[in-house]
Amino acid sequence: MSELIIDDVSARIGDNQILRGVNMTVKSGEVHAIMGPNGAGKSTLAGVMTGRPDVTVTGGSITLDGQELLTMSPFERAQAGLFLIMQYPTEVPGVRVPDMMRAAFDASGRDASEVDARIASEAERLEIPHALLSRPVNVDLSGGEKKRNETLQLGVLAPKFAVLDELDSGLDVDAMRLASSRVEQETNANGLGVIAITHYNRLLDELNADVVHVLVNGRIVDYGPAELANEIESRGYDRWMAMGATEIGVGLGGSLGKLMAPAGAGAPATDDPFADPLA
Amino acid sequence: MRPFERGTHPATGEDQRRAAASKRLDGATLPSWELEEWRYSPVADINFDQYEPVAEVAPLTDDERNAIKSDYPTPNLAVTRNGRVVHVEGAIEVLADVDEVVAANGDLFADINQVFAAETIVVRAKPGAMVMDDIVVVHLIDADGAAVFTRLHIEAGESSALKVLEVFTSEDVDALVVPHIEVSCADSANVGYVGQQHLGPRVWQIGSQVSEVGQQGTFRSSLGAFGGQYARLRSDCRLIGRGAHGDLDAIYFGDRDQVLDFRTFQDHDAPDTTSNLLFKGVVDDASRAIYTGLIRVAEEAPGTRAFQTNRNIKLGKNSWAESVPNLEIETDDVRCSHASTVGPIDEEQRFYLETRGVPPEVADQLIVAGFFDEVIEDLPIKSVADSVRSAVQAKLAQVPSRSAQVV
Repeated sequence: MSELIIDDVSARIGDNQILRGVNMTVKSGEVHAIMGPNGAGKSTLAGVMTGRPDVTVTGGSITLDGQELLTMSPFERAQAGLFLIMQYPTEVPGVRVPDMMRAAFDASGRDASEVDARIASEAERLEIPHALLSRPVNVDLSGGEKKRNETLQLGVLAPKFAVLDELDSGLDVDAMRLASSRVEQETNANGLGVIAITHYNRLLDELNADVVHVLVNGRIVDYGPAELANEIESRGYDRWMAMGATEIGVGLGGSLGKLMAPAGAGAPATDDPFADPLA
Repeated sequence: MRPFERGTHPATGEDQRRAAASKRLDGATLPSWELEEWRYSPVADINFDQYEPVAEVAPLTDDERNAIKSDYPTPNLAVTRNGRVVHVEGAIEVLADVDEVVAANGDLFADINQVFAAETIVVRAKPGAMVMDDIVVVHLIDADGAAVFTRLHIEAGESSALKVLEVFTSEDVDALVVPHIEVSCADSANVGYVGQQHLGPRVWQIGSQVSEVGQQGTFRSSLGAFGGQYARLRSDCRLIGRGAHGDLDAIYFGDRDQVLDFRTFQDHDAPDTTSNLLFKGVVDDASRAIYTGLIRVAEEAPGTRAFQTNRNIKLGKNSWAESVPNLEIETDDVRCSHASTVGPIDEEQRFYLETRGVPPEVADQLIVAGFFDEVIEDLPIKSVADSVRSAVQAKLAQVPSRSAQVV
């Protein structure tokens, strides 16, 4: 059993303070969704976790099984078991997936001779044509091909935790099912813990999300069971919009434990005494 | 100007071309970096007194021949040592002089080569002939103080096809190498040329390649420049027949304080001619690269399509790359473009690889090797790809310790 703990993380990009104290705990096999309006800080949170160079952490800690990730360089975090599916996967001309995967295996002391077989098996599960794998990473691929390619790498690397930054964007229904069901299998079979950033509940259905966190204005202002995503999709974020802007004394960092705890452990957002009366 | 004593020159023949070049040399002066043509070049530092043509060379040993044949299996092989032909087999001739098929480019060092080259390696394809086995020419340089003049003449008759690989290698000697390559590609002929330069770190190379392509003919050239202290190659590609096509590719990788210098001319002198140039280079340590390219479209060349791209990755803090693309167009109805970039390794690409668990120094190696890939994939002689990749890897193997400072 592994545990990823995001503790009071704040971060800025340039002079803009984006995250203002985010808390979250994800355990092996759990699927946590992060939903929020544009600009709330969802991708920045993914950037903080993976060590994106343009994101400056201003406070807090993120540990994976007790190991502090924030002091590690990006590749060390990956080696510790964290994987990122990028919202816009970078094109790397001339570099091929098998070579990249072999380099990753070599660097972490894993047996690189397994890579080809793992890629072949993942490609079959994700219905990725073999020819695609001999092409440079993400170059001239469609949005859907890129995301399937990212999912393939997840399957090959078998990380402990994966951050999916809009895995569903740009995918058609079939590709979305293939990719998300592959991730879901990983959670069941190998205990992959998932943080899924998305705007839509269809992905969360496929992933069998355990909990939905609402990120507004750099803070997690609410969380709830997967059904919360339905409400968000039909009504939007209006009822939370004012909350992120004000100080909320309660640490709402939802872990499954808290969610399943008796009522009262985490105050429902609708009863928030600090709600903006004008909202 | 007479950089070498005629007396020390081993050639005896004297023909019109030699005489003409000799005459041009009489009026020439030493090049200076102040001239546009030699801008950024350290050519003025050259000390001709240090070098002398080599009169006698050791024959090729069986071991040497076997090593070459195992690297480049072919029945058509010529080998020179210090500028003198020491081995020929298959469909290659060696002549003292060759009639002028391709006009001189007027380059100072091309003239020096013309005057001082002892012999010309001649490769010909008869009209309609398809030469199935690649022609391989290997130059070995192992004498300190050698002035080496290699001359390769490629003549492809109408509708013929052939491919030539030319390799320059040397021991760690102090030598001056002045190669010349002339290519005549007749109507509908197809010529592939691959030139690989693996000279030692103290060798100076100042060379030129001149090609002329007839109607519907295709000339494809791909260069690799890895060695040398100062290594310059000028390429003139003249498209003289309607619909002629020229591809000029190169990869180069400088380290230490190497200077790699390229001048290119894409001359469109006939209608509907097309040319595509792609030069990609990496400069590490305190090395320098210079690319100067000119697309010239003559008035009588409407329908021209000409492209010129030069991309450089700057790895070393003190490395430097200069890229000067130029257009000179005298007719309407043309499509030309040029692009050049000089920059460090793309941070997003490095980050992407890191998020897969690849350490930054390994990521850099993958990215640089990948950067060259589109040129290597497109080599006119596919079988050379592995050896070109190895040459890149050999250079990259020295990068990790350095790249740590860059990151």
